[in-house]
Amino acid sequence: MDEVDSVEDIRDEEPEVWILKLYVAGQSPKSVEAFKNLKKICKEHLEGRYKIKVIDLLENPELSKGDQILAVPTLIRELPPPMTKIVGNLSNEEKVLVGLDLQPDDG
Amino acid sequence: MVNPLDDSDNSGLPKARTGIEGLDEITNGGLPEGRPTLVSGQAGCGKTLLGMEFLVNGAREFDEPGLFVSFEETEEELKDNVDSLGFDLEELSDQDKLALDHIRVVRSEIEETGEYDLEGLFIRLKHEIERIDADRVVLDTIEALFSGFSNKTILRAELRRLFKTLKGLGVTAVITGESGDDSLTRHGLEEYVSDCVIHLAHTESSNVYTRRLRIVKYRGSSHETNEFPFLIDENGFSILPVTSLNLDYKVTQERISSGITELDDMLGGEGYYKGSSILVSGTAGTGKSSLCAHMADSACERGEEVLYLAFEEASDQILRNMRSIGIDLERWVDAGLLHFQAERVSMYGLEGHLAVIHKLVNELEPELVIIDPINAYLTGGKELETKTMLVRLTDFLKQNGITGFFTNLSSADGTSESTEVNISSMMDTWILLRDIEQGNERNRGIYVLKSRGISNSNQIREFLITDDGVKLKDVYVGPSGVLTGSARVIQESKDRTEKQNIEEEIERLEIELERKKEAMEAQMDLLKAQLQTDRMETKKKLEELKTKREQVDLTRQELSQIRNADKQDPQGS
Repeated sequence: MDEVDSVEDIRDEEPEVWILKLYVAGQSPKSVEAFKNLKKICKEHLEGRYKIKVIDLLENPELSKGDQILAVPTLIRELPPPMTKIVGNLSNEEKVLVGLDLQPDDG
Repeated sequence: MVNPLDDSDNSGLPKARTGIEGLDEITNGGLPEGRPTLVSGQAGCGKTLLGMEFLVNGAREFDEPGLFVSFEETEEELKDNVDSLGFDLEELSDQDKLALDHIRVVRSEIEETGEYDLEGLFIRLKHEIERIDADRVVLDTIEALFSGFSNKTILRAELRRLFKTLKGLGVTAVITGESGDDSLTRHGLEEYVSDCVIHLAHTESSNVYTRRLRIVKYRGSSHETNEFPFLIDENGFSILPVTSLNLDYKVTQERISSGITELDDMLGGEGYYKGSSILVSGTAGTGKSSLCAHMADSACERGEEVLYLAFEEASDQILRNMRSIGIDLERWVDAGLLHFQAERVSMYGLEGHLAVIHKLVNELEPELVIIDPINAYLTGGKELETKTMLVRLTDFLKQNGITGFFTNLSSADGTSESTEVNISSMMDTWILLRDIEQGNERNRGIYVLKSRGISNSNQIREFLITDDGVKLKDVYVGPSGVLTGSARVIQESKDRTEKQNIEEEIERLEIELERKKEAMEAQMDLLKAQLQTDRMETKKKLEELKTKREQVDLTRQELSQIRNADKQDPQGS
């Protein structure tokens, strides 16, 4: 399990930390793209209060069971609840924001 | 079990035995090994069970571990569902012979954006397959994916890749799919799985459901193309391989008793042929079941196993009723020779019932199967289906050298039903029981309508059910027709009286004649005596006359001598 980035600049009024899990299968183009897209979105909208866990199923195949991962890449918003699941390379920012329930004006 | 196709498959295609009764026969050895097989069918038709049995049998009997991937039921549900079939999935999975994996696909949880693939699923499958070194995989039902992902293009491409991957892994896979209205599967899975496609159907006719299985295709292998009825019961799946109606069974010269001496006499003195089909038809209460009981009793006495399928009475009732006519069948039940199976046909449907019989026969290996009555099938199916089913049944029994004894309840008006005529052609012996109504009473008549290979009696015999079983009597055939029952008894006694009268008359006439003769003879003696007297008197007179004449002649000679007269004619008057 790779942990990328870290919590930065937690503001007092919004102490909530977003924990996002990105399931990938090796360094496939889709995976790489998804990670790139996710990072960009997080930087724009969740600067300083997010954590991305990248889980490579090729290395940890047993982890696919827990979150019922069939498609890769799959992004899971673990925190804050409720859990949401987004599959795909996250190329459509608007859809990702809707899926994560992130309002563009949040950032 | 009879498998006429044993040696017909020489394709050399490696096959994975399913261990499911009947399925290996109709697929000529099992599913294509190392390839995916599609099992399609409506909801509740037994797809999951077929898959599960394939895996459990593989794990238990063929040392092939299996992975069951369920997209619908959870592991717990699966375990509970097959628990009643005696499949202990817990134990098998503890031994790593079986793995259950529930993959939940919930659409509402998933948002899609951009490209993706199903590598997650692939990795999961591979991981599980490798973990237990599975040789068999079931995906039940993979179509659930279609409800989980909206991008059909990706999905189709991924399914194609999935089946390729499975093939690459060399596992024998069973993929189930729900059938659509006009297609084998709703999402056209058959387009990806082309090696072997099996279709399960659940048809309804007259409120009776019948399960059927058909092999739609099997690449590189011969297979049966018919629809086969199958059954799901406490032992799981069983398919009845109804073969094409071949008539190449061996026949025997051996004869078996009907259990009724007089009936044996009517059948050429030796009874029925062993392994033949016998139909007994008659109206209600003509004693069909009694004939069955006799048949069963005599078979058990010979130490043969008997399967008695009763569709209208409970076995206890049959035992009680037969005891009342002096046939103790209970001892044979206790001895394990006689097996009753009493239930309504509608429980399984026609085909299902055939499967039940098939199964029972294979289990018990009886030498006699009694079905009382076959009409029960009519309530469960249509006429043509009934006939087809009976053809299959008689065929199956004959192929196994089992004597089939069927009864048929015919309508009261005495005419044979068309079904009766239809099925009679399959029967070797047809015995008719008839009601003969006469003089305010109803009596039973029995006759052998036909009996192939036996010179049977053409007589109608009266059929009596006594405390000591069935007895046959000659019916009275006289100038006023056929008489039975008390009419026969009365007529017989009337006949006896009449006969006696005639005999007396004859005697009287004979005596009279004798007396006349004697009288005449006496008269004749008298006449003879008179004649004798007359003759003697006449003789005497003649003597006297002759003497007289001589004297006259003498006198004349003397006179002429005396007178010295001329010579005269000596005969002179």
